[in-house]
Amino acid sequence: MTISMSTPDFLIERDRDRCIKCQVCVRQCANEAHFWDEEEQKVKANDALCVDCHRCVTYCPTHALTIRKYPLEFRENANWTASTIKAIYRQAETGGILLTGMGNDRPYPIFWDHLLLNASQVTNPSIDPLREPMELKTFLGRKPDQLKVEDGRLVEEIPPQLELEVPIMFSAMSYGSISLNAIKSLAAAAERVGIMYNTGEGGLHKDLYKYGKNTIVQVASGRFGVHPEYLQAGAAIEIKIGQGAKPGIGGHLPGEKVGLEVSQTRMIPEGTDAISPAPHHDIYSIEDLSQLIYSLKEATQYQKPVSVKIAAVHNIAAIASGIARAGADIIAIDGFRGGTGAAPLRTRDNVGIPIELALAAVDSRLREEGIRNQVSLVVGGSIRNSADVVKAIALGADAVYIATAALISLGCHLCQKCNTGKCNWGIATQNPQLVKRLNPEIGAERAANLIMAWEHEIKELLGGMGINAVESLRGNRLMLRGVGLSDRELNILGVLPAGE
Amino acid sequence: MLREGEVRIPSGCAISGIMNKKGEVFSGHDIIQSIALMHDRSNGLGGGFAAYGIYPDFPDHYAFHLFYESAEAKEKTETYLNMLFHIAESGKIPTRRVPSVKNAPLAWRYFAKPKPDALFEDESEDELVVRAVMYINAHFSGSFVVSSGKNMGAFKGVGYPEEMGEYFRLEEYKGYIWTAHGRFPTNTPGWWGGAHPFTLLDWSIVHNGEISSYGANRRFLEMFGYKLTMQTDTEAITYAFDLLLRKQNIPLDIAIATLAAPFWRDIERMSLEKQTLYKAVRTVYGNLLLNGPFSIILGSNKGIVALNDRLKLRSLVAATQADVLYIASEESAIREICPEPEKIWAPRGGEPVIGLFEEGGIQK
Repeated sequence: MTISMSTPDFLIERDRDRCIKCQVCVRQCANEAHFWDEEEQKVKANDALCVDCHRCVTYCPTHALTIRKYPLEFRENANWTASTIKAIYRQAETGGILLTGMGNDRPYPIFWDHLLLNASQVTNPSIDPLREPMELKTFLGRKPDQLKVEDGRLVEEIPPQLELEVPIMFSAMSYGSISLNAIKSLAAAAERVGIMYNTGEGGLHKDLYKYGKNTIVQVASGRFGVHPEYLQAGAAIEIKIGQGAKPGIGGHLPGEKVGLEVSQTRMIPEGTDAISPAPHHDIYSIEDLSQLIYSLKEATQYQKPVSVKIAAVHNIAAIASGIARAGADIIAIDGFRGGTGAAPLRTRDNVGIPIELALAAVDSRLREEGIRNQVSLVVGGSIRNSADVVKAIALGADAVYIATAALISLGCHLCQKCNTGKCNWGIATQNPQLVKRLNPEIGAERAANLIMAWEHEIKELLGGMGINAVESLRGNRLMLRGVGLSDRELNILGVLPAGE
Repeated sequence: MLREGEVRIPSGCAISGIMNKKGEVFSGHDIIQSIALMHDRSNGLGGGFAAYGIYPDFPDHYAFHLFYESAEAKEKTETYLNMLFHIAESGKIPTRRVPSVKNAPLAWRYFAKPKPDALFEDESEDELVVRAVMYINAHFSGSFVVSSGKNMGAFKGVGYPEEMGEYFRLEEYKGYIWTAHGRFPTNTPGWWGGAHPFTLLDWSIVHNGEISSYGANRRFLEMFGYKLTMQTDTEAITYAFDLLLRKQNIPLDIAIATLAAPFWRDIERMSLEKQTLYKAVRTVYGNLLLNGPFSIILGSNKGIVALNDRLKLRSLVAATQADVLYIASEESAIREICPEPEKIWAPRGGEPVIGLFEEGGIQK
């Protein structure tokens, strides 16, 4: 065997004056980057194993640890960057597809950061959310063209709606890709703040049925954990067609993550790989999708809205229009920056389009066709803060999905190693020793805090614009101006340039 | 410089309205006097009136008021109108010289009835008129439909409202409803079509405020085929009422609850049945909620409705005296023409003042 040409990504620096040899770093690091040298009676590190997740840094009682980018540099080359070269070394060693976790980290344009919000000055007053009601309540589901009212009563019921106190939901993450404690955290947080979380394709663990009214249950290509009770358990059902991080490909949960509980929840044998095919093998076209939508509606007596989740791809506007006409009540679009528990690197970094452009194109198309009110639009991938939420709603979204931000609130440090199952923060792992590091009660509080903090910020931003109900922001692109965008991009976004 | 319609121009304003609930007609003198008192609320860049009951000789004809900027525009528009309508009578709208009024377009009116063969299948006469108005405003450059309702008309232009009243000789007309508008645009509108009231069929709106939901309202209305050529709040509000009341037959109180929706905290305290209804209203028509400050008077041949935004961010006062309902931006504008009304009050935010002929009274 030849020597490996891979060099470390990170350098672990230990201040020997500060280190008290308590070895907490050794115990905390599931990657085994720290070890105790019995002979020298010293804590040492193997830099090559470090993923820069900050677990050791956070737990070191004397702040003796610093993680840096490994200083070794290749000869400068704008074309052949270090990551490109290292990828080739890895593939030359393994002959395999490169895998990664979390969302696209490449420096593509972030359109959120080229959009600016409006505020009231003189001609209309801004509104102080501390003095006046500021309403964020949002309904997701099919809206009829008109109401029928007679003698002060509604004579025709409107289709089922999801009611959200804040237009934010936790996006799909399956049990298997993340730990039960992570899901419990999000489910309890969703219940506390009046929003939804999403099961992903991993089924619904028996401990989670009590959060039903805050749950969107997913039906994906592997159909894991799908049974009548499961469909009835949630407030809505989501058909997952695609995911922003890996449009066009399926999923693979390796057998080592399929322990007893995952196996029971997913209804597959313990220790077997859970493979979600790339397409649903009963959906090869739009009319097949329509059949599945109505099968699910039949199965739940038309009492629950059905959502269809797709990745933002080139022809997104036409696809979304087809999905609306196929009977979906909600369309969830996941942008190319959306996160993942595991995806092929080249797919994650090169397939799909930005959510901002996809959202603008879909909202405009559905309006041109006069069917925008027939579906709700939910977008994700990636919504990073409350300003992104406000901009997304102004572009036309009814609500947003967040997943990466939600995991960060639980302690994720975006080390992009979810696929390894060694998450030191107890999130993307099934190792019981690691899972118990995440206390679901504390997790719920942190995730709920995040939503409440964003809620306050959204109210401040709305009030500044002179708006006191979120429905007046929805699709209100006059509240946006673009900076540093081409005419064509402004055109697609449907916003004016700043100054106009 | 871009003119109104090509650019969005926010405005402050004064509004006033008078209605005789028995349907007795009175001259335009009072409304001019009332709006003139609020001279300082406008800046000479827009004033106008809507009057109902002024054409008793043609009660069943659509009264088209048009502005023309050229003879060519008039010729083209008339060819189009003649294609769709039988015109019973037409002529110049009488005006008098007012030194301060400049650059007036030619103002012409037509009393018209749709030709039966001009109607599309399933199209009502009202819908044909709406189609014609949208078409003229969008396609005939230099032509603008000022109003198109039966037994009513709008008179407006660039100037102070009292100057417009004098210019259009409104003291010579007699109507049972008069509304008026004085405008304080933050930009030069450049042409007469941009002044208010804005009308469609026999709806007219005078409006004071700047709605911050305009973009959302506009995009919702566009889905139902409305073309918003003026980019003004008033236009959007007019179409919102037209959609709800005329096209969708929504009861007036529900239409009002759409535009100035009750807060969720108030809905929570309603009976279960009402909760279901108001929840549905906000779910389905959320994009029609008017957000930000406004006070409006909606006129029609059935009566008037005055409404404030739900936070009451604009002034609005109402009063009654015998059979007459008064509404104005300021109390002084009412007392100017009715010094001692029997009742005078400031309606709460989102609480409409409704004056209808049929119901035979004024509801608070």
